[in-house]
Amino acid sequence: MRRSKQPRNSEAALDTTPRSPLAALFLWVVQVVSRSRRALQGQTILKIGIVIVLAFVVMTVIANIFPSMNGYDPALYRDAPRLEGPTLSHWMGTDQLQRDVFSRILSGGYASLIVAFSAVALSMTVGSVLGWISGFAGGWLDRILSLTMDAIYSFPSMILAIVLVAMFGSGIMPMVWAVGFVYIPTYFRVTRAEVLQVRETTYVEAIRAVGASNTRIILRHVAPNTINAIMAVSSFNLADAILTVAALSFLGFGLPPPAPDWGFDIQNGQKFLQSGAWWLITFPGLMIIFLSLGFGLIGEGISDLVNPRRKRKRKKI
Amino acid sequence: MSRVLRYIGQRLLLTIPMLLILLTVVFLLLRVMPGDPVSAMLGGRNISAEVLESYRVRLGFDKPVFAQYGEYLGGIVRGDFGESLRTGKPVLQELFTRFPATIELAIWGMLVAMIFGFTSGVLAATRADKLTDHGVRVFHITSFAMPLFWLGLMFQVFFCVKLGWFPVAGRIGGRLAFEFQSITGFYVLDAIIHWDGRALLDILSHLVLPAITLGIALTGLQGRMSRASMLEILDQDYITTARAKGVPERRVVLQHALRNALIPIITVFGLQFAVLMGGAVLTETVFSWPGIASYLVRSIEARDYPAIQGSIVFIAIFISLVNLIVDIFYSVIDPRVRY
Repeated sequence: MRRSKQPRNSEAALDTTPRSPLAALFLWVVQVVSRSRRALQGQTILKIGIVIVLAFVVMTVIANIFPSMNGYDPALYRDAPRLEGPTLSHWMGTDQLQRDVFSRILSGGYASLIVAFSAVALSMTVGSVLGWISGFAGGWLDRILSLTMDAIYSFPSMILAIVLVAMFGSGIMPMVWAVGFVYIPTYFRVTRAEVLQVRETTYVEAIRAVGASNTRIILRHVAPNTINAIMAVSSFNLADAILTVAALSFLGFGLPPPAPDWGFDIQNGQKFLQSGAWWLITFPGLMIIFLSLGFGLIGEGISDLVNPRRKRKRKKI
Repeated sequence: MSRVLRYIGQRLLLTIPMLLILLTVVFLLLRVMPGDPVSAMLGGRNISAEVLESYRVRLGFDKPVFAQYGEYLGGIVRGDFGESLRTGKPVLQELFTRFPATIELAIWGMLVAMIFGFTSGVLAATRADKLTDHGVRVFHITSFAMPLFWLGLMFQVFFCVKLGWFPVAGRIGGRLAFEFQSITGFYVLDAIIHWDGRALLDILSHLVLPAITLGIALTGLQGRMSRASMLEILDQDYITTARAKGVPERRVVLQHALRNALIPIITVFGLQFAVLMGGAVLTETVFSWPGIASYLVRSIEARDYPAIQGSIVFIAIFISLVNLIVDIFYSVIDPRVRY
């Protein structure tokens, strides 16, 4: 239902476009907001996911603008007592370099969020474009691309990401390249499969008969129809990217110290595990879980939305 | 049967170009990517041009790319993966001594995932849209969002440091490590062959936490798949027929639905194995498990280039073989597969 409606909707929007670009932007925002409010009705899972992710984004942004907003600096040594469990003044304890763990938690999602969003954007763009081209062109190009993507896809993504980061050097940009590269085959496969399906439909045949160019068919008719699938995949991908980035930081390929980072803080906490300093690893880990969970819930919600049959399947019987 | 054999032959032939492409991608990533691998290897240290050049010659980087590619493929075919810069031993030999450790961990991890994932998925499907279903789905999504290394560390804090039930690291405890004679490299199997109860107990106590940690990584994936697949099957006409005939629900689920629900789960076994290998990197690192994944991480840290390349090639070949076996197995158990 939703799928067949989409092109008509955008066509209608085109007709009412006012001349001023600013007004057009405003109209577009209003349309998106009202449409998404309608779409969000009854989607509890999706709403919870969006709230979690937004909360994390806001928290990280604020904490990075005002680093010592809870009274302690996340990166400053000797700011607090040494290796102390959670107390009233230090909610999540302190580490061996006398830093407050809570203040590090607040701003520690910086690298994860930036890398996850940029990497997924990168792989989404490259993967989908390659998928559209490959699915539409067919022939030997399609075969070679498919085989290559399948080969990369079959390889353990975590290992590939680690090796790539090791080649590129540690830091934010290398992580974006590495994680982004790893997810390209996912989008390639999703879009290619959708294109193959859409290509055979009668409305594409009709528009081709009218004389539309290939570019027009891809951009205006095939691409919008693959967006639903891409959105669901990208949310799950973001959840996975958060874990991958955390793992890379844990292995020491992330931000250089003393920058606060959840994965790196867990690695640091590992050294004090035998002395029972559980707070050093517990809290950063919980943050990673919640953020990843938030993206996972969004993915789950979008999948329910795109494919309503997935929900309440047995009610029909 | 001959059709199955023909399919196996075709599938074997298809593995070759697939593997060739994978090996080429590995080569391109490691050699032709921006950045000089030799200076990356010697990482940031202040090194004279002569030393750099000598490393370049030693690793064969002074030759043209195509010659390097030829040598690389030739080496793989001959089973020559080069020598580790760290230990001076052949990389392949080092990989083979560590391989059983990874496989042992992977098998037990898979077993854990099967038990938790499959059971919970089937349970959720048979109680769809009830409280159990929602609970299980939350469990699946949470295990999906769980950083493996963190879970391993939490297990260590709780079960090793606080309770002292299990050892923190390794495959076998202190004194036993010197006495124990490994035959196959698979320690559990070895202990059974030796009929050594004490060693078996020690080995199993080392294995419990890493296996559960690794297994949890797959539980979410497998649980969701099992649930979806089971829901699909329970919707089919022959299940309705069975119910209409008065077959007890228990038998409908266990005998009629379960077997067919297994088929799609087996198809993605190859993919799951890839996830398992990725998870092994973190699990082996956290638990100091002497497998190939932790070997790779240590090689990266030491910038031991031949060992890095050798490990990746080894894993690539292994994954291709697993996929091949899964496909063949699949064609044998599911007669509907088109040849």
